[in-house]
Amino acid sequence: MRHIVSLLVENEAGALSRISGLFSARGYNIESLTVATTEDSTLSRMTIITTGSDRIIEQITKQLNKLVDVVKLQDMTEGNFIEREMMFVKVKADGESKRAEIHRLSDIFRARIIDVTDTTFCIELTGSGDKLDAYIKAMHENNIVEVVRSGSMGILRGEKALTL
Amino acid sequence: MELSGSEIIIQFLKDEGVKHLFGYPGGAVLHIYDALQKQDDVMHILVRHEQGATHAADGYARATGKPGVCLVTSGPGATNAVTGIATAYMDSIPLVVLTGQVPSHAIGSDAFQEVDAVGVTRPCVKHNFLVKDLNKLAETLKKAFYVATTGRPGPVVVDIPKDITAPHIKIPYVYPEKIEMRSYNPNFKGHPRQIKRALELLLGAKRPMIYSGGGIIMGEASEELRKFVRKLGYPITQTLMGLGAFPGTDPQFIGMLGMHGTYEANMAMHECDVLFCIGARFDDRITGVTSKFCPYAQIIHVDIDPASISKTINADVPIVGGARQVLTEMLKALDKTELKIDKSAIDAWWKRIAAWQSQDSFAYDKTSELIQPQAAVEELYRVTKGDAYITSDVGQHQMYAAQFYPFDKPRRWINSGGLGTMGFGLPAAMGVKLAFPDKDVACITGEGSIQMCIQELSTCLQYKTPVKIINLNNRYLGMVRQWQEFFYEKRYSHVYMDSLPDFVKLAEAYGHVGIQVDKPADLHDAMVEAFKLKDRTVFLDIITDQEANVYPMISAGKAHNEMDISPLQQLKQASLKAKGELV
Ligand SMILES: Cc1cc2nc3c(=O)[nH]c(=O)nc-3n(C[C@H](O)[C@H](O)[C@H](O)COP(=O)(O)OP(=O)(O)OC[C@H]3O[C@@H](n4cnc5c(N)ncnc54)[C@H](O)[C@@H]3O)c2cc1C
Ligand SMILES: Cc1ncc(C[n+]2csc(CCOP(=O)(O)OP(=O)(O)O)c2C)c(N)n1
Ligand SMILES: [Mg+2]
Repeated sequence: MRHIVSLLVENEAGALSRISGLFSARGYNIESLTVATTEDSTLSRMTIITTGSDRIIEQITKQLNKLVDVVKLQDMTEGNFIEREMMFVKVKADGESKRAEIHRLSDIFRARIIDVTDTTFCIELTGSGDKLDAYIKAMHENNIVEVVRSGSMGILRGEKALTL
Repeated sequence: MELSGSEIIIQFLKDEGVKHLFGYPGGAVLHIYDALQKQDDVMHILVRHEQGATHAADGYARATGKPGVCLVTSGPGATNAVTGIATAYMDSIPLVVLTGQVPSHAIGSDAFQEVDAVGVTRPCVKHNFLVKDLNKLAETLKKAFYVATTGRPGPVVVDIPKDITAPHIKIPYVYPEKIEMRSYNPNFKGHPRQIKRALELLLGAKRPMIYSGGGIIMGEASEELRKFVRKLGYPITQTLMGLGAFPGTDPQFIGMLGMHGTYEANMAMHECDVLFCIGARFDDRITGVTSKFCPYAQIIHVDIDPASISKTINADVPIVGGARQVLTEMLKALDKTELKIDKSAIDAWWKRIAAWQSQDSFAYDKTSELIQPQAAVEELYRVTKGDAYITSDVGQHQMYAAQFYPFDKPRRWINSGGLGTMGFGLPAAMGVKLAFPDKDVACITGEGSIQMCIQELSTCLQYKTPVKIINLNNRYLGMVRQWQEFFYEKRYSHVYMDSLPDFVKLAEAYGHVGIQVDKPADLHDAMVEAFKLKDRTVFLDIITDQEANVYPMISAGKAHNEMDISPLQQLKQASLKAKGELV
């Protein structure tokens, strides 16, 4: 099953390699990993998307918790959470009809065009992984120049929070 | 007090109570060595190879329970230390390894003798640090000792760039008495409800088994384990790493379990209905094939590391906690409980165990004209009255040592179990002898293993650590040969040790005493002679039966009740069956 694990990690050089190293050394799957500092500059927040049987997920969370740099961890999948990913897509946009079609499609997906040239659009889109997939699918394949995806972030709904 | 980085390191070690530092100098640690030379509170032991430093510190740690400390230079110094660090990591031994690093400004430039020590050691340390700021040096060292010695212990590397140790930059130093780390909490207390459940299950058992391991020794819980097991009157087995925690000569101890454990311990594991595992980690040498492991048992697992629980074998009653704390709680609960042990079921269980025991699974040929390796270990046991510190290398000799030298005390049996590092024994013995100069220390080894760290014979002379080397010389990489005999139709591929050195001359060349024996009749006198030479390192080269095998054995894919047993046990089994004493 797919799990979304959030971590608070000491903002130290090497913390990221300890975590990614754990996944490769123990042969765990990693679908995506995002990381950035929080409002507290000594802490980073990390979201890891991983898959595995219950047993493997249990080992993953235990092994992550064991790392000295990991301050706190939560498997979001156990609760009610929101998951979002961000994507940039650069597409060919030459000719009026094509530009109009991209506009229409982007409106449907609530995507924003954030850069425009005579021949290209750059589009920003946020949503679940499925939604991003759907947008890519809807866009004609040979129109796509490049795709940049952030990997998912997660946060718990309601008052619950992953804080110190 | 204003001190340079180098002086801080030395002063810190003193304040931390470190008496011995195992190391080897080089460019990146020259400032530290200069500071080291100006004092004599911390004794530095100059090994002959950095692997030796880590194993010696490791042996010291296993024997004393205190952390072992090493100092090595950058680059090759650090990489040479890796095998010893990994050895300590696999067996959860507290080590603090200080590695020199190129100056901060040169890091990442492929500087002379630069290697990313933090990166290289990351997969085999409990934690590691790169010191980036002189002001954080003392605090980082304190963290290293704290992390290495608490919770599930393990090695910690502190990588120190040369500029941090510069003699002319001095800062105020205060010993950091206490350290707080928000991300590290090693204190787990067993949950009272789980402890209660475990006890109910244990007391209700008809065929109980206690299986304990290295965690009892690390957790200093031998005393509590003894009380607990004796109070229950149940059979106990221990892992290779747990030997000595419960006395090896106690009738309740039915031998080591696992690949080369006793027949009775493995059969009892297979047949038990409640398994109480404490401070052991269901290693694959223990479980055999996991799908057939303890098929009838409810499993209680006590471990200080949550990640050890339900990792390979699912626990019905998991208890995360320190062995000593949990056993203390269980002893209290045992005093209070109204529940009664099923006496007749336990008696019947002991009868079944006795029947397995009567087959004598360790039997070996006592009439041979060749020295049997088992006999050599038994002789060692007699001559040292079972009270020596025994280190070992890796191979058949290690198994014979575990099988034929019963340990009655914890921390007496010192070997590399998890990594199985040939070369461990001699430097480890050196470390033990430094910790306990008045005790007998022997290293049981093989002609293959001993050559992996033989250079430490030189260190033994310099620091007067008169250890006894018991070389079970079968002229084979015996353990590998045994596998090739059993599983590769005797195709002996590269296991014959050609061109062996003359170990007697070799020992003499290093300034020690060498003795060779090849007849069973000479074994006793040679052994006595070796131990009589109190202040000499003695290399006892024992020429043993080349084809001897370690029995019994659980081969790959087999369960505990499907052991390969020795030809002698097969005969015994047949005769017991014929007499109707065995079904
Ligand atoms: C050639 C060879 C053959 C071998 N054959 C065998 C064999 O036949 N039988 C055998 O047993 N082994 C054998 N081994 C050793 C084997 O590989 C493992 O090293 C060993 O079985 C592990 O022992 P353990 O389970 O006690 O774990 P250890 O490695 O000692 O781990 C200890 C466990 O206790 C926990 N712990 C630590 N501190 C505490 C505390 N304070 N409280 C509670 N828990 C704590 C740790 O978290 C860990 O889970 C062999 C090794 C070699 C090289
Ligand atoms: C460093 C290292 N290399 C290889 C091995 C694999 N290995 C395990 S036992 C063994 C043979 C050991 O030979 P020896 O020391 O003579 O002991 P014996 O088995 O003959 O008693 C080998 C090669 C190992 N454990 N460690
Ligand atoms: Mg050999």
